This record gives sequence, C-alpha cells and structure tokens, in this order.
Amino acid sequence: MSDLRDLYQAVIFDHNRSPRNYGELASANRRAEGFNPLCGDHVVVLLQMSDDGVVEDVRFEGRGCAISTASASIMTETVKGLTVKQADQYFDAFHRLALGEDPGDDLELAKLEALSGVREYPSRVKCATLAWHTVRSALHDTGDTATTE
Amino acid sequence: MNQAQATPDATLCPLDVESVRKDFPALHQKVNGRPLVYLDSGASSQKPEQVIDAVQAYERRDHANVHRGVHTLSQRATDAFEGAREKVRSFVNARSVREIVFTRGTTEAINLVAQSYGRSRLASSDEVLVTEMEHHANIVPWQLLCGQTGATLKVVPFDDNGELIMARFKELLSSQTRIVALTHVSNTLGTVNPVHQIIRMAHEAGAVVLIDGAQAVPHSAIDLMALDCDFYAFSGHKLYGPTGIGVLYGREALLDAMPPWQGGGDMIKSVRFSGSTYNDLPYKFEAGTPHISGAIGLGEAVDYVSKLGMDRIAAHVHKLLDYATAQTERVSGMRVFGNAPGKAGILSFELQGIHAHDLGTILDHEGVAIRTGHHCAMPVMEHYAVPATARATFALYNTRAEIDSLFAAIDKAREIFHT
Repeated sequence: MSDLRDLYQAVIFDHNRSPRNYGELASANRRAEGFNPLCGDHVVVLLQMSDDGVVEDVRFEGRGCAISTASASIMTETVKGLTVKQADQYFDAFHRLALGEDPGDDLELAKLEALSGVREYPSRVKCATLAWHTVRSALHDTGDTATTE
Repeated sequence: MNQAQATPDATLCPLDVESVRKDFPALHQKVNGRPLVYLDSGASSQKPEQVIDAVQAYERRDHANVHRGVHTLSQRATDAFEGAREKVRSFVNARSVREIVFTRGTTEAINLVAQSYGRSRLASSDEVLVTEMEHHANIVPWQLLCGQTGATLKVVPFDDNGELIMARFKELLSSQTRIVALTHVSNTLGTVNPVHQIIRMAHEAGAVVLIDGAQAVPHSAIDLMALDCDFYAFSGHKLYGPTGIGVLYGREALLDAMPPWQGGGDMIKSVRFSGSTYNDLPYKFEAGTPHISGAIGLGEAVDYVSKLGMDRIAAHVHKLLDYATAQTERVSGMRVFGNAPGKAGILSFELQGIHAHDLGTILDHEGVAIRTGHHCAMPVMEHYAVPATARATFALYNTRAEIDSLFAAIDKAREIFHT
C-alpha cells in the first residue's frame, strides 16, 4: 500500500493554500479553458505571449481539488519564460511523470516531482494533468476546451 | 408462528445486521489493508449470495431464449423470467404484470416514457414540469423531448433545507402542464418528496405523473395502487440486484395507448412489409432478447428484501442516519446538504478546506467507500454553489461501527489537510 503522504506532499498543500499566479491577467492574449465534467474541476489559463512566442506572463483561475489546484499553480511557475517548444517538452515530461514513466533527464523537474505520487492513484491522474492540457490548448491557441477525463 | 413473527414490527424485531452481512460476500474484504466500509449503495448496492446464486443457477442450467421455442430450457427460462415479473408486481403492488415493463434501468424507463408517451402527445404549447433536485436521468430525456416537440421545460425549485417549494409547484402547475416528472427520494439530498399530494394535484390539473423511484424503492415499501401515479421507474442494482435491469411501471390504459418505442423481435404479433402488428403489454415495450438473468436476479433481490421486511430495513437505515447526523455536529467545518425531516439514508456533505475528491481518496485509503462528485445532479450543486460534494449512503448491511469508521477517516483527512 502506498503512503498517502506520497500523494499529499507538503508542497501540494502549500500550493493548494496559496496558489501562485492566481487571478486575472489584463494583458493576456491567449486563453484556454479546461473542464472535467465528471468531477467538476474547472480551470482557466491566461497567457501573455511575446511576439517571438515566449510566455511572458501567466495566470490561472478555477476550482478543483488539491491535486488539480497545486498542479495548476506549479504549472504556471514552470512555463513562465519558456518558449512554446520548451513548454511542450515540459508537458510531455510531466505526462510521463504522472503515468509513472521515465520523464528523461533533459529538463529540470524537481518542482513537478511533487505531483508524481498520482501515478499510484489512477483515478487522480486526470486531476494533475488538467492544467497542463489547458495550457497546451492556450499555447497552441486551439480554441478547444481541454479535458482529461 | 406467533403474530410478531408474522408481521415484523420495527421496534420489536430489529434487523439482525450481523446475520444479514453474512449474505453479502463483497463486504468481507480488505481495501488498502483495512476492512471495507461500503457507504456507496446509493450509487450501486452489493448483492447477497441469494441473488448471485440465482443468476448463476440460471446461467448454468436454465438458459435459453424466452417466449420462443417449445424446448424445455426455453420453457424454464420463460417461467423464471415471467416469475420475476410477478415478484416485482407484487413487491410494488401494481394491478397487473401487464404494467411491469423490464428495462435496462431507471434511465431507460424514463426515456421510454419521454419518447413514446411524450413525443406522440406533446405540442409546442405544452409544458413538462420537473424539479431542481432531479438526477440528470430525469432532466435530459425531457429536454430532448422538449427539443423535439417545442414544449417547454419548467422547474420547481427547492429551499436550502432540501425541500420542494410547494407554493412554486402550485404556481407552475397549469392546464398547459402535460407531464410532471419528479424523484420520489432525492439521490443527493435524501429528501422524500410529498408525492401523494403532487400526484393528486397534477391529476387535478390534467397532467400525468412519472416518479423516479431509483432511490425510493430500496428505502421503503412502495404501494403503486395507493400512490396512483401514471409511471414509476426504478433500477435493480440499487435494490441489491444486478445491473442492466430495471422496471417501468405504467398505468395499463396509458401503456396500451402508447406507440412502441423500440422495434424488433418479441414486441410484434405479425410482421409483413405491408405493416406489422404489435404484441400485447408488456411485451410491446420489450423489443429484442431481454436481460433474462438480470430479471431473475432482480426477482431474487425482491424476495430477499421482502423476507427481511422493508419496514425493518427502513427503520434500521433511519437509525444509522440519525447516528451519523449526530456525529456531523462535532466535526467543525462540516456542512450537510439536505436536512428535510424524515429524509432517506443519504448524507451529502462538504468539509471546509478539503475538496470532495481529496476526501474520497483519503477515505478510500482507510477502506471507506463513498461517492464524490456532482452525483449526476449538477443543478443541485449549482443551488448550493459547490462543485462537488461527498456522499455517504446507508443500506441494510451497514452498521454503527462503520459510521464510526467513516468519521474516524474524516478526522484523518482533516489531520492530513491541517484543517
């Protein structure tokens, strides 16, 4: 049996209680929504992209469980300053991490590893990945509502 | 046999839960190293050995298609299937087996009524009246019907206690109301609605009434003749029976006048390319090979609860609910949704600072199974402005000790979340 503390690490509580980059972003030029209708988790990601495709600023809003809120908060800290291509690499690495696969060692993933406990809880992987799918929709301006259910 | 044994009285002869629990194999297992505490029977209940055995015996020995062929197995299967229909009829006190249609479940039963009764009769000036506390299964079929016919869907609200606002019902009920569709017992709030009064008033206004009985049938004895509704729908798997089988009760005169819903084998008398004639009730509404083993399992489940006594089951569950409700008061930051007097054994709640899904994961870790989410009742979540709630439901096999385990697990969650 896995330990609950592996899922609910101190970092998760910290981000859940005081989410980073939470709120509106007046200068945003990209926006995407993520919604998991079965569980009700809802997230909006706002990006301010520079002309050369760098995430200059990012915010998120929404309601969800501790895992999805913390993941969204950590996601915003991660993608700030990245190019679209770099953010996509983090998306892939995080996905592998959440599914218990080897994320490789090309990227600095220390922060994201706080969420790696979800791999032991298949029903919660979708909570951790929702914000990442949403930011990918925003980065590529797909106009789709992201979902991980 | 003395009088007390012949008619079990809830106060004199309480349910012997320890003995009942022995009948349910699924209850005797560990989950995450802890004894399973199953408090999710409102979503789907566990099955007693008797139901499992009846289904197995049928599959091993008696299976063949029903209503066809003259061979022995087909006859056995038909007898068992129709025997189950009679058991269900007697259990809900319907007048005739012609009024008992087997469906896949409550959802299919409601869709059948919406499409067969509703679509053939409703016009754009008509209204369908539902309530704010309905399960999606008693909302969406009516929305589809209104989309097809141009009719309007009206909604009776409930108050923060979880009770229907009857004054609003009276205002919304009019000569334009053709169908009133409401739940007997709310799956999120536990509220037992005043269906007798609503049925009487709806009939006076000239409307037919469909009752969603999915949560009510396992909760207490149902007497359809006394209730006098036009349609009543329920599922087998919330009544300790199999999934994929449910019942639509329909008043015979209405079912008779309704067009078939699905076409196929079993629902016809004759088929020619110039036109087909339809079978008698209830077969007109049972196209294709039915869920024979499911019906047999449901019949056995009906026997099982009847033997225990629905009144004794209801008394037992009420005691559990009272015990649990008293415990909620000592948990700071716990908010209970639905406080209607005499409500069924359903406890919906949220804990301040802990999302329902986090709670569900932590409780599961302690072996406690509850439901978390919107319970297929998004309008109820919207009413209370919450995205999700946690829900514990109590059934005939649950014990006080299990409620203690639930609250111990809640304490653990609060400790982990430092609330």
